[in-house]
Amino acid sequence: MDIVVCVKRVPDTSEADVIIAKDERTVEAGDLVFDINEWDKYAVEEAVLLKEKYGGTVTAVTLGPDETEDTLRRCFATGADKAIRLTDSAFEGSDAAAIAKIIHQAVKDLKFDLIFTGTQASDDGYGQVGPVLASLLGTPHASVVTQVDIADGKARVQRELEGGLSEVVEVPLPAVFTIQTGINEPRYVSIMGVRKAAGKEIETAGLADLGLTAEDVGEKGSMTKVERLFLPPVTKEAEIIQGSPDEASTRLAQIIKDKGGFS
Amino acid sequence: MDFGLSKEQRDIQKAAREFAEAEFDKDYMLDLELNHKFPHELLKKACDLGFLGIDFPEEYGGAGYGLMEKALVCEEFGRVGGGVGTTVSTSHFASKIVLRSGNEAQKKKYLPSVCSGESLPVAGCFTEPDRGSDLVTFPLSTTAVKDGADYVINGPKTFISFADVAGFGVVLCQTDPEAKPPYRGHSTIIVDKPSEQPGITITDFVKMGWKSCATTQMSFSEVRVPQENLVGEENRGFYHTINFLDEFRVEIGACSVGTAQGAFEKALAYAKTREAFGRKIGTFQAISHKLADMATKIESARLIVYKAGWQFDKEGKVDPKLSSMAKWYPARVAVEVADEAIEILGGHGYMLENEVERFYRDARVYELIEGTREIHKNTIARSLLGKLE
Repeated sequence: MDIVVCVKRVPDTSEADVIIAKDERTVEAGDLVFDINEWDKYAVEEAVLLKEKYGGTVTAVTLGPDETEDTLRRCFATGADKAIRLTDSAFEGSDAAAIAKIIHQAVKDLKFDLIFTGTQASDDGYGQVGPVLASLLGTPHASVVTQVDIADGKARVQRELEGGLSEVVEVPLPAVFTIQTGINEPRYVSIMGVRKAAGKEIETAGLADLGLTAEDVGEKGSMTKVERLFLPPVTKEAEIIQGSPDEASTRLAQIIKDKGGFS
Repeated sequence: MDFGLSKEQRDIQKAAREFAEAEFDKDYMLDLELNHKFPHELLKKACDLGFLGIDFPEEYGGAGYGLMEKALVCEEFGRVGGGVGTTVSTSHFASKIVLRSGNEAQKKKYLPSVCSGESLPVAGCFTEPDRGSDLVTFPLSTTAVKDGADYVINGPKTFISFADVAGFGVVLCQTDPEAKPPYRGHSTIIVDKPSEQPGITITDFVKMGWKSCATTQMSFSEVRVPQENLVGEENRGFYHTINFLDEFRVEIGACSVGTAQGAFEKALAYAKTREAFGRKIGTFQAISHKLADMATKIESARLIVYKAGWQFDKEGKVDPKLSSMAKWYPARVAVEVADEAIEILGGHGYMLENEVERFYRDARVYELIEGTREIHKNTIARSLLGKLE
């Protein structure tokens, strides 16, 4: 079972102050701490679990500058066998479709049974790279995957639907799956893993290596363009619930019910 | 001169941080605090990931990194766990005497189980009721006398961390009562599972903080251990112990830096969100300058610790003056920073659930263990002034 996992290095903005850069299209890196996208952590773990069960290899692929090697070393430390970094200044400004195009060029000639991406990235949240990549490769895909079982050259995958529902679909291989958080319990990076990662080579490939031109990537090769990034405006729609504890709790329960919190 | 960490060191730092943030659960630590429990489960997980054996040689089950990398782990565990982090990251304690001064058979017997966690924690039984850092003036009360193939150990030890749950302890004993000065008659002897040895009684102290680690009194009465348990040369135990402590103090310094950093981050987050008089309290100079002072002190303490760790890895030893600096100053910084963090959080800071008061109580022990602030200033001053008459 040879599996390619696409990973992205993202800023951790859970507790940090996000500052929009002057161009109004990016955020200031400043003191932000960068790490592997949360969804991708689960994707790597799922790939490594399948490799441990069926044998094969796990190849991690990312796109970005030198710093993104941290993310690939993390993949090595948690069980990946190979890593490829796609890097070129021309890639800047690429949207999900252009990124999928770049990754497609890098993986199309590799031997693989499965390609995993995270369901989405915690920075832009597009959730598009996996499906577009599948389309370019001409393989089936399943998104928001919460379980993967392999039998008879096919995958039976469970997908998360809205409202707590799930569905099970059978997908012939090779295929692309976008992996949902919670599918497994990602292992921690061990010191032995760090040691192992330090001795591994990361392959790199640029625009020309991938057989692409500047027209194919970046803003020119993208179907969408970020016009403006902004923080949500602060609104004053808070309701201060008045009354006795009984009245207040009844009102609170009603609000939660009205908003679909429970029925 | 390069102040940056290597890629590998950054990966280790990140791995330790991720583990600490996920596993040093607040409720779990509260349970340890209130019920004075040792974090066995957490320690086992840390060992399985190689954090405890990080600076032990690979041939004994370690990862073969150095003291600098171990310091990074101590710092990250301290940042999230305060004293709980210190309990976990320093639970190998006196096993390093075996590593540095033991014979091959002892290393093979004891060290793999230290790295795996099976023998952890390890106690270092040095201090006695009437002598802490003064090991030079009088002979030790704890004696080890040869009898057949054994040593027979008698005497008291006090302020001994981990003794109640230790896989083994290294006991500093007087083996030559006539030695002059007396410390030339000290020996370091391994005692397996102290709590299960006939003749050893262990009682726990009630103390201010660092409650995940029991601090105990031990009494040895006719305790027999084989002579092969002697670590290093007989009557050289004092030197084995001080060499070990020169190295180990750097780990305590790193735990202190981490504890300070953790308290600082809690105060910083609070100052950014808490409002008073219509403003975030961080906008008041009284608070912002406190934060500036705290950050400056932490950075200075961290640099001393890193330099000491770097020196040990480069030269195989730490200059005692630098070791003392890397111990007393970060410990003081941890206390001062945690104290200011309480001040910034106000009444909330005094409450157990907000952790900074525990960090303060935990930090206070860093100034006492492995030599008080005053003892370390003596060491530094002696190095600066020599035997000034």
